[in-house]
Amino acid sequence: MALIHKNPTSVEALIAKNVTKVYSEHTALDNVSLTIPEKTIFGLLGPNGAGKTTLIRIINQIINSDSGEILIFGEKLKPNHIEIIGYLPEERGLYKKMKVGEQLLYLAQLKGLSRKDAMARIKIWLEKFEIKDWWHKKVEDLSKGMAQKVQFISTVLHEPKLIILDEPFSGFDPVNAQLITEKILELKENGSTIIFSTHRMETVESLCDHIALINKSKKILEGPKKQVKEQFRSNTFLIEHRGNNFTLPSEKYEVKGQTRIEDDLYSTTLKAVDGIKGNQVIKDLIDITEVYSFQEKLPTMADIFIGLVKADGDDALRKHLQEV
Amino acid sequence: MNKIWLIIQREFLTRIQKKSFLITTILVPLIFPAIIGVLVYIMKKEAESAKADTVQVVDESGKFVFENTKRYNFVPLPLTIDKAKDAYKQTKDFALLYIPPFDINKPEGMIIYTKENPSIEKVGGLESILQDRIRDLKLEAYKIDKETLKSLKVSVNLKQINISETGEEKSSNSGILYGLGFALGILIYMFVLVYGIQIMQGVIDEKTSKIVEVIVSSVKPFQLMLGKIIGIASVGLVQFTIWIILITVLSSGVLGYFGLKMPQKQAMEEVAKQVGDEEVKQAMDQQDKQINDLLGNLSQIPFGKIAFVFVFYFMGGYLLYGALFAAVGSAVESMQESQQFQFPITLPLLIGYFGLFMFILRDPHGPVSFWLSIIPFTSPVAMVGRIAFDVPTWELILSMVLLIGGFLFTTWIAGRIYRVGILMTGTKVSWKVLAKWFFMKS
Repeated sequence: MALIHKNPTSVEALIAKNVTKVYSEHTALDNVSLTIPEKTIFGLLGPNGAGKTTLIRIINQIINSDSGEILIFGEKLKPNHIEIIGYLPEERGLYKKMKVGEQLLYLAQLKGLSRKDAMARIKIWLEKFEIKDWWHKKVEDLSKGMAQKVQFISTVLHEPKLIILDEPFSGFDPVNAQLITEKILELKENGSTIIFSTHRMETVESLCDHIALINKSKKILEGPKKQVKEQFRSNTFLIEHRGNNFTLPSEKYEVKGQTRIEDDLYSTTLKAVDGIKGNQVIKDLIDITEVYSFQEKLPTMADIFIGLVKADGDDALRKHLQEV
Repeated sequence: MNKIWLIIQREFLTRIQKKSFLITTILVPLIFPAIIGVLVYIMKKEAESAKADTVQVVDESGKFVFENTKRYNFVPLPLTIDKAKDAYKQTKDFALLYIPPFDINKPEGMIIYTKENPSIEKVGGLESILQDRIRDLKLEAYKIDKETLKSLKVSVNLKQINISETGEEKSSNSGILYGLGFALGILIYMFVLVYGIQIMQGVIDEKTSKIVEVIVSSVKPFQLMLGKIIGIASVGLVQFTIWIILITVLSSGVLGYFGLKMPQKQAMEEVAKQVGDEEVKQAMDQQDKQINDLLGNLSQIPFGKIAFVFVFYFMGGYLLYGALFAAVGSAVESMQESQQFQFPITLPLLIGYFGLFMFILRDPHGPVSFWLSIIPFTSPVAMVGRIAFDVPTWELILSMVLLIGGFLFTTWIAGRIYRVGILMTGTKVSWKVLAKWFFMKS
């Protein structure tokens, strides 16, 4: 079922091979394998408790896997890899009593930056976010959104090649979310690989190049976003037309729904059997009705996500959903 | 290693930059000299303002010859008591003392008339003057002169000398040793508790502020724990050093200001000047000798060794308990929640503390004292309390080695609980859960 993306020209930023983690009561990750190509934004999707955070913690070497292997840019995971990884956890926080500048300096030094380099980079980043005068502010005096900016800076200060963002937009207002989005794209332009863990399908839709879906500790889907969408095409079309006084051959088409827009203007969802392409549909329709608009109805990431998660564990239903 | 150093630095710097650190570091040493200063000041003021009270006396017995003292001016009145009472009402004098004829074996019927309720001290003062006079009268009656009486008074001080196995003699003073052991033992107990709780608070803060996940993606949890423990220890040592220096400087400063290098001696000199009594001079000479003995004994106490042992057990005890406090902090989410674990882990420390009073200071070389100062959990308080009493070298070395082993052991246990605990939220923590975390493979 899973699509394994293999592009021979790109280097893999991260490869997970059969990673398993078992806690005493439950299996958090069950034989999960992933390939994350370099310089992409990779969406790690899945419902709460699916095992995303466990996987992210294993990559960050906060916990160890029971079995399996992680390769970072072709090297087996080792302690100094933390210096090329930037991690923004979902549960995030800062030292409340520390000043913004000191705090960033401390966190950057923990990531292996020298004090001097850290100073210079902090200044650049504070300017980028137009918060230069925050250096001496204590974190407890910042608003939640302000603190999030500081936290984001702390994640990327050491110019990590691999950036892991767990729900990065939570707590941001739309303006700041836009700002962060721009910075994320900028980081990608500059050659970073970004792993993006989220439930927000609209961000996945707009930002991610690749996705993987984890559910109940198992990976159930992986691949480039376009390819995944392609795979979940259901040969369904949305047509606006005038008049509804026609019938289509039932061996070729199934009408999934029809609504009247106004007067005799109708919108019809039509599913064609395999083998019938869009052009053929148009051809068939032109003879019997006046076509106003025509488009193939592609599944949204949300559709795919919800459909797969609901169906997981129920193969028959899953097959059915894929057919629909 | 470099990262532990960064953590130590942060823990240290953020704490010593706090206002509360500055305030406690400066105020605590001020308390002692302030108390001394205030007391001396009050005493001086009182001495200056003290005026002798006038006491009118009607002595019908004719047995008394009153001499004025610092506190009382006596005015004998050749009147009957009734007339004297009328006259007294017109004056502003403190009291009217009436002494009827009496039997020296049964002195009764003496009355003091006053306008206000006199303080018990003033009445007592008069009573003792009367008692002294009656005693002298009795001595005369028994035909004992004052010289004989003086020679009856003796004062003995046992000079204590320890003979070691090598035959070396050392003079000692159990009073000083007791005080020293008492003070050092309590200091260790307080330090371990106060700074241990600071560690716990620090860990809880990191956990609840959620920064811990960011930190442990940069350093190992064990490094974070160790850095925190060592960082707070250095805060403690710095604070302690400042206290010692400040207390010493301020106390001698205050005493110097009031010109009371040796308050007791000066007071006696003053008394001697006024009274001119041989007895007092003699007592003073004796006291001088005692002070010299005391100084001699003090110089025999190995302060260098005691200081070294104190610092060693301070660090050892602190590290041993600090690790446990860190483990508790990692497991809970608030100070309240930590209560259930706090008591059991500090129980051994408490046993050491009570052991200090019940066994070590009373019988420093008894079996209980021995074991308390050997077992790592109680030894920080017990050994420091005992060290002034001269502990055999082998016992000291054994105790130190065990303490090092002890804190390595607790740090190991704590590290295993800590690494799991700091990332766990929303778990109801019990001893069973802690044990599970401990055995969880990494």
